[in-house]
Amino acid sequence: MDIQYTYDPEHLKNSEPIFTSLTSLKRGEMVFNIGPQHPSTHGVLRLEVVTDGEIVKEVIPHIGYLHRCFEKHAESMPFNQIIPYVDRMDYMSAMNSEHAYAMGVEHMLGITDKIPKRVEYIRVLVAELNRIASHFIAIGTYGLDIGAFTPFLWLMRDREHILRLLEWTCGARMLYNYVWIGGLYYDLPLQFEDRCAEFSVYLKPKLEYLETLLMNNKIFVERTAKVGVLPLDLAVNYGVTGPILRASGLKYDLRRVDGYSVYPELDFDIPIGTGAMGTLGDCWDRTYVRMQECHESLKIVDQCLIKLSNELKRDKEFNPRAFVPKKIRPKAGDYYVRAENPKGELGFFFRTDGRSDVPVRCKARGCSFVNLSVLPEISKGVMISDLIAIVGSLDLVLGEVDR
Amino acid sequence: MTTNQIFDLLKNTFGLKVLQINLNDVPQSIEITVKENYNLFIFLRDNDRLYFDMLSSITGIDNGPEGNTMEVIYNLYSIPFDLHLMVKIKIAREYAMVPTVSNIWKTANWHEREIFDLLGIRFEGHPDLRRILLPNDWEGHPLRKDDVLQERYHGIKIDY
Repeated sequence: MDIQYTYDPEHLKNSEPIFTSLTSLKRGEMVFNIGPQHPSTHGVLRLEVVTDGEIVKEVIPHIGYLHRCFEKHAESMPFNQIIPYVDRMDYMSAMNSEHAYAMGVEHMLGITDKIPKRVEYIRVLVAELNRIASHFIAIGTYGLDIGAFTPFLWLMRDREHILRLLEWTCGARMLYNYVWIGGLYYDLPLQFEDRCAEFSVYLKPKLEYLETLLMNNKIFVERTAKVGVLPLDLAVNYGVTGPILRASGLKYDLRRVDGYSVYPELDFDIPIGTGAMGTLGDCWDRTYVRMQECHESLKIVDQCLIKLSNELKRDKEFNPRAFVPKKIRPKAGDYYVRAENPKGELGFFFRTDGRSDVPVRCKARGCSFVNLSVLPEISKGVMISDLIAIVGSLDLVLGEVDR
Repeated sequence: MTTNQIFDLLKNTFGLKVLQINLNDVPQSIEITVKENYNLFIFLRDNDRLYFDMLSSITGIDNGPEGNTMEVIYNLYSIPFDLHLMVKIKIAREYAMVPTVSNIWKTANWHEREIFDLLGIRFEGHPDLRRILLPNDWEGHPLRKDDVLQERYHGIKIDY
C-alpha cells in the first residue's frame, strides 16, 4: 500500500486565514474566533469577531467546514438517488426536505395529480412531526445557549418520542429516505395512527408547561427581548424566510402562500411575532413563533390522523409505491420549486435535458444559508453574549449552510 | 400580471436589452442581455405593478466547452402580488463576468460568492468576492465542466 501522506511544514498552513487586516485595527480592538468547534455555534460555524472590549464591532462568518459537494454529486446520479443526499442537507428535518424535493420532481414529471391522497396525507403527517422535532431542537439548544438547562432535557425527551415514531415508519432515526418520488417507501406501520394520537395527547400539556418554564421566564426574557432586532424590510431584502421572517411581523408561510400538497385542506394558523416582550423581530419573538408553530403543527397532525383513520383508511389494496415512476425522465426545461421547511424556504433549481434521468444541474437554495447571511448586519454593536443569543435564535443547521 | 405582460412592459422600457421569453420553464422565464442590468433589476424591484422584493435564489450553470456559454439565473418573487419570475443571463465562457445585484438585494451577496466559488463567474462591483464554501487556497472551480481536480491538497491525496 502506498503512503498517502508525507509530512511537510507547508501542509500545515492555514487555509482560511483571518479576514480582518490586523494592522487596520483601532486602539483597543481585537479579533477572535468563535468556532468552528464551539457548542454555541450549533455545528461547525466559525465566526470571526472584531471586538472593542465587550462590544462586537463586526462579525465575519467563515463557512464551508461541512461542505459535501451536494450539487456536484447531484450532477452524476439519477433523481431518485439524490433523495438521501437531500436528507443530509438539513439533518434536523429530513422529512421536510424530502417532501420538498419529491414534490419538485413530481411537478417536473407532471404526476402531481396522480399521487394518492393517502400518500399526501402521510407525507404531511411525517413532515409536521419532523417540524416539531426540528423546532424542539431549536428551542431546546437555544435555551441551553443562554443558560436554561431544563427545557433542553424536556425537549430532547419529547423529541425522542417523535424520532421513535419516525423510526417506526422507515427504520431510520434521522435520515429517512421515506418519501419517494411518486410515493412512499412503505405505508404507515399498523397502529401507527393510534400511537401517534396518544403522543399528540401527551405532548399538548408539555408544550404549555414549556411556555411557562421558558418563554415567560424572567431571565430568558431579559436575555432575548430587544436583542438582535431584525426589521421587516431588512429581512425581506436579505431573503430571510421561515420563522425569522414571520417573527419580524409578516404572515408569510409557503404552506399557505403556495398551498402545495394537501395544506389548503388543513386548518392551521400562521403565528407571527408581536413584539410582546420587547421589539418586533427580536430573539424572543423568533423563539415565540417557533413555539406557536409547534402548536399549529400538532393541530395539523391531529387532522391528518383523523383523515388517515377515517376517509383514507388503511387498505390491503393500497400500494404506496404504485405511482413511483420506473423511469424518471422529465422533459427539458428549467424548474424552480420551493417549500416551507422548519427553517424557511427550501428551494430546488433543476435543469433537465429531457434525454437522461440525471439532472444537468440541481441547485439547492438552503434556508439556513440565506438566514445566516443576515447575521453580520444585525449583530453590529451588540455584546458578545448577545451575539451568542442571536446566532442561536437564527436556528442554523450547518449541514444546510454548507451543503 | 402574466409573464407575457411583464415581458411587454420590460420590452417597452428597455428595448433591445430584453431578448426572449420562455413559457416552458417553471416559473416562466425572460432572458436579458448581460450589459448594464442595474436599471432593469431596479425597475423589477421598484415598479409598482411588479415589486419583486425577494430574490429567492441565484443559480449558475456551465454549459461546457461545447456550448461555450455560462448562465446566471435569478429567481425573483414578489410578496405583495404573488408573482414569480425567472430571469436568465447568458454569457461567454471566456469572459464570465456579470454585474452584481447585491446592491439591490443584499441576499445576492452570498449567492454570488457561492457562484464565484463553484463556477468561477465573476461579479462586477461585488463588495467582497471571496470563496465561501471551499477553502481560500483551493484551486479551480468544481462545477465547471472542464475543471480538473488538483492532485493533492495540503499533502492529502484527493482522488483516492
